[in-house]
Amino acid sequence: MDLFRWTIQEASAAFREGRCIPAELMASVNSRIEAVEDKIHAYVSVAGDAAVQQAASLSAGNEASPLWGVPIALKDNLATRGMRTTCSSKILESFCPPYDATVVSRLRGAGALFSGKTNLDEFAMGSSTETSYKGTTRNPWDLTRIPGGSSGGSAAAVAADACVAALGSDTGGSIRQPAAHCGIVGLKPTYGRVSRFGLVAFASSLEQIGPLTKDVTDAAILLKAIAGHDHRDSTSVNVPVPDYPSLLNGDVQDMRIGVPQEYLQVGVQREVREAIRNALDLLGAAGASIREISLPHTDYAVSTYYILATAEASSNLARYDGVKYGYRAEPVEDLLDMYRRSRAEGFGPEVKRRIMLGTYALSSGYYDAYYRKAQQVRTLIMRDFEAAFDVCDVLLAPTCPTTAFRIGEKVNDPLQMYLSDIYTISVNLAGIPGISIPCGFDGQGLPIGLQILGKHFDEATVLNAAYAYEQRTDWHGQRPAL
Amino acid sequence: MKITGKEVAYVAHLARLALSDEEIEQFTGQLDAILAYVDKLNELDTEDVEPTAHVIPMGNVVREDAVDTGLPIEEVLANAPGTQDRFFRVPRII
Repeated sequence: MDLFRWTIQEASAAFREGRCIPAELMASVNSRIEAVEDKIHAYVSVAGDAAVQQAASLSAGNEASPLWGVPIALKDNLATRGMRTTCSSKILESFCPPYDATVVSRLRGAGALFSGKTNLDEFAMGSSTETSYKGTTRNPWDLTRIPGGSSGGSAAAVAADACVAALGSDTGGSIRQPAAHCGIVGLKPTYGRVSRFGLVAFASSLEQIGPLTKDVTDAAILLKAIAGHDHRDSTSVNVPVPDYPSLLNGDVQDMRIGVPQEYLQVGVQREVREAIRNALDLLGAAGASIREISLPHTDYAVSTYYILATAEASSNLARYDGVKYGYRAEPVEDLLDMYRRSRAEGFGPEVKRRIMLGTYALSSGYYDAYYRKAQQVRTLIMRDFEAAFDVCDVLLAPTCPTTAFRIGEKVNDPLQMYLSDIYTISVNLAGIPGISIPCGFDGQGLPIGLQILGKHFDEATVLNAAYAYEQRTDWHGQRPAL
Repeated sequence: MKITGKEVAYVAHLARLALSDEEIEQFTGQLDAILAYVDKLNELDTEDVEPTAHVIPMGNVVREDAVDTGLPIEEVLANAPGTQDRFFRVPRII
């Protein structure tokens, strides 16, 4: 029996019923990693035998926790005490955090095991993992294609059964887009739902940590485990966390689903549009009421995002100066020379490009024209969603305009790469929750993602709409031949 | 042109990045294309629109000023490229 194919709820049930112990599952996942890692390169580092030993020493009595003994993969921008955290960057190649991210300590407390740290675009800046200093992760459905990004390692690991579930981070689509391209479930929670303490900062006003899983129920389980207020992140919000798994009932009777017309226009691959239409028909037949709505400022989202995200990045990444941790160029003439050369040698081209753009947008004489202007347009984008949610409970759209593109296809054209995030980016600007679930395949056998968006802090409705679709289809059960 | 090579070199100085001449040239072209694209924001009249810095309404967040344990100094220093005793070591400043 291939234990590594289990979902969280299957593993948990097997432990409770005494059919399996965590060390057996962990060993099975490790052997799966060994078998597929040469092909997909999802991991930056693996825990290996240490995780099996940890599984064997898990204290009993905590089996009621749905994550007890379950192997989870962590994106390598989440701080793990004593486990290297590189952000897939040369500048942090040897960084070993002296503390755990809050999500990591919550998972430890729930008895979860960590299979390893997954690959990402350098500092989560990218849509393909091609900017990683550690090499490109390959899509398990077609090894010549990108897995999406920036959480491409986490998505590929879940799709290839090289972990039971994973955590990623989403700044402009970095959980949902790779989930769509790899045929799995990925959820970006509401801004403030999950503590960002210990998530290496890229764009602090936009990013959230969230689950990448084999099905919607697993996403609900993992979200419940990591959500909640944390005094170490003052932007985490102190509101009650619902018991998401128990709220899944698949009932969409009278649910009001809005379809933003701007998300199905030119540039959307024909098969993607068809898959979304089919999903709408299915949910309509299940009792939901479907209506077209408009998000008129959609066209401005990519511009707004690339001003705000790069401005925040230029500030956040100022900390990499070769003093406290990370790479230092040597020998150097003086302190300024050390800063300039450590950063020039430690960061890759995409990170430098974004630091440059952000520094420019914040520099004297340009602040009002770019940064302030983008913050104002952000307000207009938020108002679009507010108006839509006055008449809708959720919105439904493609996650991406196309299925996964080829490795190398967009690597020399940053603007084209940025435009591939066009349907995910607005969600981060507005801070609302969004999920991507599998909803079909194109003619080349590549997965298509369906995106469902909800109101602030209404992950429960988003998850239930996704669950309703999943209950009536079997896309989520499909696996790539590896 | 939205941005010149001279401006790119100045921004690189602000960002503390030692860029080669080739990088300056490459970034000038790429940043120019990106800035031309983001110019579309100027199609929108935002005169009376409040800027958004934070999506969830919240004011200042305060907590009790309580004593707590800090990070273990040895583990923190173990990540530093240069140390001496309990300090970070850097090139001479004065």
